Amino acid sequence: MSTTRLIEFRDALREGMSEEMRRDPSVFLMGEEVAQYQGAYKVSRGMLQEFGPQRVIDTPISESGFAGLGIGAAMMGLRPIIEFMSWSFSLVAADQILNNAPKMLYMSGGQFKVPIVYRGNNGAGGQLGSTHSWSVESMYANVPGLKIAIPFDPYDAKGLIKTAIRDDNPVFFLESERLLSVKGDVPEAEYLIPLGQATVRRTGSDCTIVSFGRPLYFCMEAAETLASDGIDCEVIDGRTIRPLDIETIVRSVCKTNCCVVVDQSWPFASIAAEVAAQVHERCFDDLDHHVVRVHSDDVPPAYAYNLEQEMLPNARKICEAVRTVTYNA
Amino acid sequence: MPTMATPPATQRNLAANLPDQTLRKWLRDMLLIREFEVRSMQAYQNRKIGGFLHIYIGQEAVAVGVIAALGRDDPIITAYRDHGHALARGMDPKHCMAEMFGRIGGCAKGKGGSMHMFDKTNQMFGGHGIVGAQCPLGVGLAFATKYLDEVINSGASSRVTTCFLGDGALNQGAFHEAMNLAGILDLPIVFVCENNGYSMGTSVDRGTTMAHQITAKALAYGIEHASIDGMDVMTVYDGVKPVVDRCRETSRPAFLELRTYRYKGHSMSDPRKYRTKEQEQQYEAADPIDRLANFLMTQHNLAQKEYDALVKEIRAQVREAIKWAEASPPPGSEELYTDVYADVWGPYLGTSQPPMLDETQQDQA
Ligand SMILES: Cc1ncc(C[n+]2csc(CCOP(=O)(O)OP(=O)(O)O)c2C)c(N)n1
Ligand SMILES: [Mg+2]
Repeated sequence: MSTTRLIEFRDALREGMSEEMRRDPSVFLMGEEVAQYQGAYKVSRGMLQEFGPQRVIDTPISESGFAGLGIGAAMMGLRPIIEFMSWSFSLVAADQILNNAPKMLYMSGGQFKVPIVYRGNNGAGGQLGSTHSWSVESMYANVPGLKIAIPFDPYDAKGLIKTAIRDDNPVFFLESERLLSVKGDVPEAEYLIPLGQATVRRTGSDCTIVSFGRPLYFCMEAAETLASDGIDCEVIDGRTIRPLDIETIVRSVCKTNCCVVVDQSWPFASIAAEVAAQVHERCFDDLDHHVVRVHSDDVPPAYAYNLEQEMLPNARKICEAVRTVTYNA
Repeated sequence: MPTMATPPATQRNLAANLPDQTLRKWLRDMLLIREFEVRSMQAYQNRKIGGFLHIYIGQEAVAVGVIAALGRDDPIITAYRDHGHALARGMDPKHCMAEMFGRIGGCAKGKGGSMHMFDKTNQMFGGHGIVGAQCPLGVGLAFATKYLDEVINSGASSRVTTCFLGDGALNQGAFHEAMNLAGILDLPIVFVCENNGYSMGTSVDRGTTMAHQITAKALAYGIEHASIDGMDVMTVYDGVKPVVDRCRETSRPAFLELRTYRYKGHSMSDPRKYRTKEQEQQYEAADPIDRLANFLMTQHNLAQKEYDALVKEIRAQVREAIKWAEASPPPGSEELYTDVYADVWGPYLGTSQPPMLDETQQDQA
């Protein structure tokens, strides 16, 4: 057994990026405040000192510009890591990240790969209001040619970011500001987590709960509550949204015969809607109840503490959903 | 602090002192582009080409003159009016035509089309369909060449990226962000704005402030700039070459306005009601191909007979390209799902299997 350390999510991300930058000189980090300021959320703390200003590069507030710069650099053979201070600000770079990055390989008939990682905070940060609380995954997941990873804990953050950097496709890496200080065990030794491989966070026999990223914490909390009522939940962390490891989900649903999907984005045309549709197609005869989805409410995120809390998925909503599908309501 | 740039002192007669065969090559390239475009329009009318088609006729001196000022390893990137750049850069007209025909022999296997010409071998990083969107990409190419030379190979930055754009792109945020980034990061990139007077039906003064002096945009970014007559290939070369050389040396960006004119409509559906026949004739009278041909005839003993033979040879070449493109089969349905991802993790891992995948599975069964 290799030794592990208890480190923060942000440190795990930095370790992953730094290891890849040591390993491969074509990797560089660029974004707003990543260098001299040491990262708006201190993810890149110390990286400027280690790698110097040619590889850890501050940009002006110019998302379209540097998101596109990364694509050009990737077409030329580099492996950029582009940090968005928040995925909410990726919207002003939508043309670059959705129209250029994921289509270049196809439009060029296979000539130009775009091995790029876009990363930053996604999801409600905590009373940031409507413009700053985006969960972009459902909207962006509609686009072929890109991959989306959404890590749950420091271990996954490091393992997934390293794989994302080595991937030859554009990878959107969705972190959560609310998780950056979460601590977890991370091995000293190098490891990678493949994209497209879900993991079972809790085994159970009565109901499958599928989720991605931060809401998994609410799923785990709900599973504990439900366990005390005698409902034994299996919690699946998809880890990546594209590719989606539907096989792991299907295997679980065939065992539990019911399924709740928890998704922090809005309900209309969402990741959870997609997972539910696929589960219905694949597990129709195994299901005791149709899939129930738990989302953020279909409204812009409010500033007021109580309204924001009310809007987001939480353990109470998940418990209700599980009770519904298991006929324990 | 970037120094406030002054227009470069254009070195006169650079082109005039080039070897005879270089100038003849330029004439050939311009004639090829023109003939290629004439035949493209016909093919479009015959419904061999679909989608949008943007014709480069009138602007040939820009692509040919600018590209002549570059090295073979210097990347270029442009917008959707891109056939001229592709051909001037050395793409075989067969592959260019086949791309527009949507055939597997196209430079992008028929998956890009007229607006999206890519040619890795010739360092052509695409035609790009979204106005202005190529500018940040161009900055990225320049960033990468510099990074590869300096960080990875521990040498000196040696390549210059050329990013072509239309006058319409001056009004896009992406252009301005790109200029600012290029200036702040000291990147070796030359923005070449082909000011052909119009973005679709909007004349440049209706869409852009300081239309009489668009180089003022560069002034705001502390970027060297100049306006150059884009209707004369030798003037283009004389104006561009020193700028490219200086850019290579100093790794500082530059912005060039190339004053030119598109003889045809914006795309094939444009009746050009927004301008007069007289204006068009005025530009056509100063045609860049005629100008170079005249120069070669008066100064380099190009005989009318030789010129006629060249025209004939090019006609045959383009005819051949069309034949070749027609003979090239459409991309097989397996191409639908290749190049979506660099590695093969398959198509949409979702619900409905695409029918042709079902077929292959049946075949295997
Ligand atoms: C972002 C965006 N908006 C609108 C269009 C539609 N459009 C295509 S070309 C064009 C005019 C652009 O003119 P200019 O940049 O001067 O280039 P030119 O056609 O003269 O070569 C417009 C409006 C587009 N392709 N992209
Ligand atoms: Mg124009």
